[in-house]
Amino acid sequence: MLSIKNIHASIDGKQILKGLNLEIKPGEVHAIMGPNGSGKSTLASVLAGREEYEVTEGSVEFEGKNLLELSPEERAKEGLFLAFQYPVEIPGVSTTNFIKAALNEKRKYQGLEPLDAASFLKLLREKAALLELDKSLLSRSLNEGFSGGEKKRNEIFQMAVLDPKLTILDETDSGLDIDALRIVAKGVNTLHNADHSIIVITHYQRLLNYLQPDFVHVLMNGRIVKSGGKELALELEEKGYDFIKEELQESLTA
Amino acid sequence: MADEMQLLEERVNREYEYGFSTDIETDTAPKGLNEDIIRLISRKKHEPEWLLEWRLKAFRHWEKMTMPKWANLQYPEINFQDIIYYAAPKTKKAKPGKLDEVDPELLKTLDKLGISLNEQKRLTGVAVDVVMDSVSVATTFQEQLAEKGIIFCAISEAVQKHPDLLRRYLGTVVPMTDNFFAALNSAVFTDGSFCYIPKGVRCPMELSTYFRINKENSGQFERTLIIAEDGAYVSYLEGCTAPRRDENQLHAAIVEIVAMGHAEVKYSTVQNWYPGDDAGKGGIYNFVTKRGICKGNNSKISWTQVETGSAITWKYPSVILKGDNSIGEFYSVALTTKFQQADTGTKMHHIGKNTRSRIVSKGISAGKSQNSYRGLVKVAKTAENARNFSQCDSLLLGDKCGAHTFPYIESKNNTAVVEHEATTSKIGEDQLFYCEQRGLDAEKAVALIVTGFAKEVMNNLPMEFAVEAQKLLAVSLEGSVG
Repeated sequence: MLSIKNIHASIDGKQILKGLNLEIKPGEVHAIMGPNGSGKSTLASVLAGREEYEVTEGSVEFEGKNLLELSPEERAKEGLFLAFQYPVEIPGVSTTNFIKAALNEKRKYQGLEPLDAASFLKLLREKAALLELDKSLLSRSLNEGFSGGEKKRNEIFQMAVLDPKLTILDETDSGLDIDALRIVAKGVNTLHNADHSIIVITHYQRLLNYLQPDFVHVLMNGRIVKSGGKELALELEEKGYDFIKEELQESLTA
Repeated sequence: MADEMQLLEERVNREYEYGFSTDIETDTAPKGLNEDIIRLISRKKHEPEWLLEWRLKAFRHWEKMTMPKWANLQYPEINFQDIIYYAAPKTKKAKPGKLDEVDPELLKTLDKLGISLNEQKRLTGVAVDVVMDSVSVATTFQEQLAEKGIIFCAISEAVQKHPDLLRRYLGTVVPMTDNFFAALNSAVFTDGSFCYIPKGVRCPMELSTYFRINKENSGQFERTLIIAEDGAYVSYLEGCTAPRRDENQLHAAIVEIVAMGHAEVKYSTVQNWYPGDDAGKGGIYNFVTKRGICKGNNSKISWTQVETGSAITWKYPSVILKGDNSIGEFYSVALTTKFQQADTGTKMHHIGKNTRSRIVSKGISAGKSQNSYRGLVKVAKTAENARNFSQCDSLLLGDKCGAHTFPYIESKNNTAVVEHEATTSKIGEDQLFYCEQRGLDAEKAVALIVTGFAKEVMNNLPMEFAVEAQKLLAVSLEGSVG
């Protein structure tokens, strides 16, 4: 469903991704780990279509389409969802109105009528319950005055309503206490299915305790340098990234 | 980032929806302003001698005045001799009383503007007075209102039918010498609405005046007078549009409101005069004096305005809080795009005890426009325990526009509490990208963010118009994001 080939990307002339390859099949959960500055968030931004990032080489195919040719809103409507590391606030626009606008845009794109009020409210209630999101939050301005945990839960709530095919969790676990982490993970797990793939970008292993990735990739210096199963995450947690650096050194000098 | 900014800056041609003109035979006065023209206007309207004298007095005063220059506005000298001061759509009768006497072309125009004079459409529950160029062409629901003793008619009709009321209040809130444009209006005002709500009556429907400039080279100088007697209530709305023309046209109106004890008047404006084209050519010069007086104790006057049109807006709807415990409110959304300039705000003049005022101003600037808030909170010695709260927020779209705030506070009573809060923000790249990532394109994203920004003010509009105003904001923003 997602095929990233030899992607190179830069920002302000600075090369960040330097030939990254990644294949994701429907329903798979891929974790991407790596030290600060390795290009994790750049990858998320490039996939979502942030304009500051320039793709200088390589290709990305998403559900048979050339992803890089699509605008950010088209990518979203094709089923790509990015759970932001720092969700923005929009004063005066309630979460309900915001998600309603987003959902109806997506439905329009799919050739569907806007959801009627009753079905929409039912959907909201159901998904809010899943994320243990207080209903009063939905009528408040989007993310305004929300705690860090509420913002992250709100991201997953939006994911739940929009029902994407590919979700990128960009350090969704950062700043979450253990309860919020559990709720977010439960939400993601409930919504993960054979047609919904997930990329989990994280620094820590702890979210992966709950999410059970099929693959763990280590990103360093703009490339995936090591891939493995979920045991790789445990190994990283234990040894840090240095052992991989050493391995790389060895393979270079061998 | 660069692309996103470019999108924001790009000015794309947006057709001004109301830019058509109607080919209606008009009865016009020659260009220029002098005592003869004023006599002509007065004669055309069959006015009594006192009113002519009043006009002439205003004119003689105006001749000695100069245009105010203190506003943050730039425009060439206005040649007042190059303007037509009287233009009336020709009808068989001097003043059509019934719908079937109105020129069919005119009715078509009004249909196009979305104004129905058809009284069968009473579901909307709005009584309308329509002023085209210099005359009021039709007023609806007059009979139903009359049953409650409410007078709602053209001011020229009030001159004939209710001369005593008119004479008692005309110019009492905005004196003819008040300012340059007020003096000009007092000399040449041609029509407008008159509204009188008797003691204890709650007006059962929204009253509304729709202003339309049609004739080229003409100015519009309407005058509205609203009187709410003890315990009366009325909610009033005005809307305005004009054809698209290359030359600038002048609109200098006056609105006066009198609220007696326990009376409440809510006045809402949706101003959508032609703003000029993308190069800044044409557009209405909108110089308006609006003022209300809370004359009786416990009275309330509330102004709500949504300003999206005009090349230049110079307008400060104000309240004189004379009665004890009276309340003045000003809620404003001013959106400027292209080369529009707006210098708008309010004056809250606290005189009575325990008077309260609230100012909420939301300025949105895009394109190469300049948007200024100017407000005065004045607390007189007599105004024990006066309270004011002002909130002025500005939102910038792109980096070629400007937002300015000029708050003035004069307090002569040390029991008064005056608060002022102001913020300036830009629509952020991050906000736009966030919306886009959820499937909303840049234009929808901006409309959503702006709607959220203006929400507190929009919530004060009567329901029927809030939706319209929201649409108008979105339409006015079209093209400002590419």
